[in-house]
Amino acid sequence: MNGVKVYVVDGARTPFLKARTEPGPFSASDLAVACARPVLARQPFKASQIDEVIVGCVIPAADEANIARLIALRLGCGKRVPAHTVQRNCASGLQAVASAAERIVLGRANLVLAGGTEAMSRAPIQWNNSMSGWLGKMLRARNTWQRLQALARFRPALLKPVYALLLGLTDPLVKLSMGQTAEILAHRFGISRESQDVYALNSHKRLAAAFDGGTMNTEVETLYDLRENFYTEDTGLRRDTDLDQLAKLRPVFDRKYGQVTSGNSSQVTDGAAMLLLASESAVKEHGLNVLGEWVDHEWAGVDPSQMGLGPVHATSKLLARRQMKMGDLQQMELNEAFAAQVLACQAAWDSAQYAREELGLSAPLGAMDPERLNPEGGAISNGHPVGASGARLVLHLLHALRQKGGGQGVATLCIGGGQGGAMLLRAEDKK
Amino acid sequence: MSNHWHLDYQGEHAVLTLDVEGQSANVLSQDVLHEFEKHLEELESKMLEGVIIRSGKTSGFIAGADVREFVKITEPERATELAQLGQRVLSRLADLPFPSVAVIHGFCLGGGTELALACSYRIARDDPSTRLGLPEVRLGIHPGFAGTVRLPPLVGDFAALDMMLTGRTLSSREARRRGLVDEVTPERHLLNAALTFLKNAPPRRKAPWYRRLPAWKPLRSWVVKLMSARVRRKAHPDHYPAPWRILDLWRDRATEYEEAESLGELLVSRTSRNLVHVFLLSEALKRHGKANAHNIEHVHVVGAGVMGADIAIWAANKGFRVTLQDREPEILARALKKAYGFYKAKLKDPRAVQEAMDRFIPDLEGHGLNCADLVIEAIVEKTGPKQELFRAIEKKVRPETLLATNTSSIPLEVIGEALADPSRLVGLHFFNPVAKMQLVEIVHGAKTSEAAMARARAFTGAIERLPLDVKSSPGFLVNRILMPYLLEAVKMVEEGVSVTAIDNAATEFGMPMGPITLADTVGLDICLSVAEELSGPLGIEVPARLREVVGQGHLGRKSGQGFYQYDARGHKQSLAPDKTAVDVPVTERLVLRLLNEAVACLREGVVADPDAVDAGMVYGTGFAPFLGGPMRYVENLGVTGISHSLHRLSQEYGPRFNPDAGWTNPDLLRSGNA
Repeated sequence: MNGVKVYVVDGARTPFLKARTEPGPFSASDLAVACARPVLARQPFKASQIDEVIVGCVIPAADEANIARLIALRLGCGKRVPAHTVQRNCASGLQAVASAAERIVLGRANLVLAGGTEAMSRAPIQWNNSMSGWLGKMLRARNTWQRLQALARFRPALLKPVYALLLGLTDPLVKLSMGQTAEILAHRFGISRESQDVYALNSHKRLAAAFDGGTMNTEVETLYDLRENFYTEDTGLRRDTDLDQLAKLRPVFDRKYGQVTSGNSSQVTDGAAMLLLASESAVKEHGLNVLGEWVDHEWAGVDPSQMGLGPVHATSKLLARRQMKMGDLQQMELNEAFAAQVLACQAAWDSAQYAREELGLSAPLGAMDPERLNPEGGAISNGHPVGASGARLVLHLLHALRQKGGGQGVATLCIGGGQGGAMLLRAEDKK
Repeated sequence: MSNHWHLDYQGEHAVLTLDVEGQSANVLSQDVLHEFEKHLEELESKMLEGVIIRSGKTSGFIAGADVREFVKITEPERATELAQLGQRVLSRLADLPFPSVAVIHGFCLGGGTELALACSYRIARDDPSTRLGLPEVRLGIHPGFAGTVRLPPLVGDFAALDMMLTGRTLSSREARRRGLVDEVTPERHLLNAALTFLKNAPPRRKAPWYRRLPAWKPLRSWVVKLMSARVRRKAHPDHYPAPWRILDLWRDRATEYEEAESLGELLVSRTSRNLVHVFLLSEALKRHGKANAHNIEHVHVVGAGVMGADIAIWAANKGFRVTLQDREPEILARALKKAYGFYKAKLKDPRAVQEAMDRFIPDLEGHGLNCADLVIEAIVEKTGPKQELFRAIEKKVRPETLLATNTSSIPLEVIGEALADPSRLVGLHFFNPVAKMQLVEIVHGAKTSEAAMARARAFTGAIERLPLDVKSSPGFLVNRILMPYLLEAVKMVEEGVSVTAIDNAATEFGMPMGPITLADTVGLDICLSVAEELSGPLGIEVPARLREVVGQGHLGRKSGQGFYQYDARGHKQSLAPDKTAVDVPVTERLVLRLLNEAVACLREGVVADPDAVDAGMVYGTGFAPFLGGPMRYVENLGVTGISHSLHRLSQEYGPRFNPDAGWTNPDLLRSGNA
């Protein structure tokens, strides 16, 4: 943009840990620190020489206000490095990278640490509003009589907790859960349960092959907890699953007649991905080897009840501006929020009617070659720690492009609330 | 007239600030005490609301009496007079016609604490660097400025005895809980708090009645019995008389006069002399460690075995960013768990633990090499792998990175062959366990540059360990001196002497642990490999028994069986005490081989002087501190006697007891002035 180059120098992510029923071993800042430390350790400059830290996170814990600043200080960047947190729901991590790139394009920063983190297993469980009101009355009571009066107003219903995670995954205006928006897409584009399950199974197979082939260890850092356990792989990866098992799963969002199951949806996970972006002058000054180049990004808004189509719009706008065709992309990383949603995006790109009516294009863009779409799996197999996913897509896309001979690719996500984000990246051949 | 104190009248009150000239820390030398008395004399006649006493040094309040003055005192009467001077001045402080308040920050030790005790009130700064205590016992003496008299009524008898007997220091919050200080506040409120105390003049603090119960006459002898059992576990009455004197003083409800008398005797005793010698040696090494800048922020440790992990844990604890590299994630996971356990126990505060853990970075791939300022190698003790590793390291690190090996026996020159630039290779030889053993041998090979040595020393100082320069020669200093002693012990086992008899002889002598137990703890396989490494160049014979035991797979504590048996948790199974009389001079054989090797080290110039031998053995092995170290022991015993004994032993037991040529060179054995 404006001829200013922005490089992605390096990056890493944690293995994504599937959320069990209890809070996981790491807080969101723990995760970000764990994967950013090795990235910084590889650099010839000091952490204090970074200009800015930007982190995406959707539901930080109550003691993690402006989590980016926490992460910066914990990493040893020192008190002088400013930091801010960004929130664009599922694309928070992508937003952090986008903001970092824009700061560099503006000439305001040369080295920016950007990424995303999420500890979904630690999402808070809160008192409901009536309970807060009742507690307030109890606290205000000045004497025994008032206290008894307040006590008498207690109802068991007040104890009903509010799960921040469930609220976060429900559109606040149209009151649909994210899974229900996927059900709508499946219905609209006629995507069968079986094709969704086939897509999901393929995601697991592709991720397993990537780990087994040793290509993932360049981007996934081993994660250690404090009890002598360590993680080298995404714990949601199911090497043993098959179509029969997937077919047996019950729909979880539209329970009676739906098609979207926990097997063909992204997984609730904890994880972080962090990247280091640099201007051309910083690359020269410190003699940095780069992973690739940020080229451009674009955002788009869609109907909140069909938020899964966001990537269709964002990518179309981006390619139009860059005067590119789908075929110019070596690879696309499209976040696998739901199998139905990925397949719906593909169908929308293929549809002449959709192109005409929704995108204002005379001819459809055409779907992405399925072999080049999420070739190493995605959120269905490795998980979707909402704040982190956008940064993970960028990180993985750059590594994959490098390993496969270089070229350009798009990392794109659908965003709860009805948006889409897409980022164009370029990498050279690894040699 | 000296100018250590600054008296400043501020309206209704006065501020008396101690800022001892020409010193970085305040000490209560006689000079300082005399000047203090003059100011008190002036204050006595003033109409004031009160006086605030504080320190002008950033490092702390008062570090205690002037230890350097102790060395010059040779007669007990002079020492008693010194105590009486302090007592007199402090009683004038206590008797001022208006209240006094001590405002305490940083170190407040010994005489400093006693000065604070004489004030009406004490206020301590709320931060981790503020430590209060009466560590006199560690120098073989006890408080002499009326501390033994004033402390029990203030904090209660058990707390007072605990402080004086262990010499441990308290954090300001702990001191507040015990009642040692009246208030704890952050720096920003210190002065305001002091003024509030002077204005309100609340009643002086006193221990509640139940804390004074142990001093009730019918109970007192029981309490002494109880405490004696505890003290005996730490201090042999013949080796360390001071704690026993503290108990006596307490039992007899001693007056200031008796305290001063007792102190006089202790201060000139050989034990105290030697402990002061050892203390001054450590101070000298600390100064050596602070002389240069290290310019090190990031330390990369290769090898996460016990030693490597401990070094990494310790360095991260002291504020360095540390990457710890090993090949297997299991090993790193173990190190991480250990680090967390250590920080949790040591630092307690969750944020401090998090900070330390954030600095402690497991590193499978060796990313840390890129930005490390210091690389410490702590892998298997074999020449080939070490050389190979350093060859690989040199390709990755920046040209200014300091390289260090933790080898305990391989000459630096050999490891350095793998490097294009061996001038930046030093040995940093830590002792196990790193958190306890203060010594680090800084090894210089023939090609090591002085700049590298200076940086290594400075780093060692920065992690609060004691750097001791040694020449690269087999076993360096400590292991080399220790090895003949260990092997002699095994030799005696071979001859049929019981292991307990040998270990008891050594602990009676004053070693912290018997040689057989030590060998079992270190690991017999490691002992054997070091012994074999040293046997060639030093011409020492490895007892067949050691090979035999290792051959049977008995490796000591870690395998559950060595010379002793151990249970699953590594505790020694007690053997039936051996009643048979021993007709072998066990102690003499053990100690003389050690001393003979120490002299050989001096003759070969492994270290610069006898003081270095003493510092090395005391801080690297725990060699009886009350003896002041091996060379101090030689000085006290006399060279001629030792030479005769060696001759006698060599006739009876063979040429390994032949006196080293160094014994005949008096210049070699002359101690420095430390």
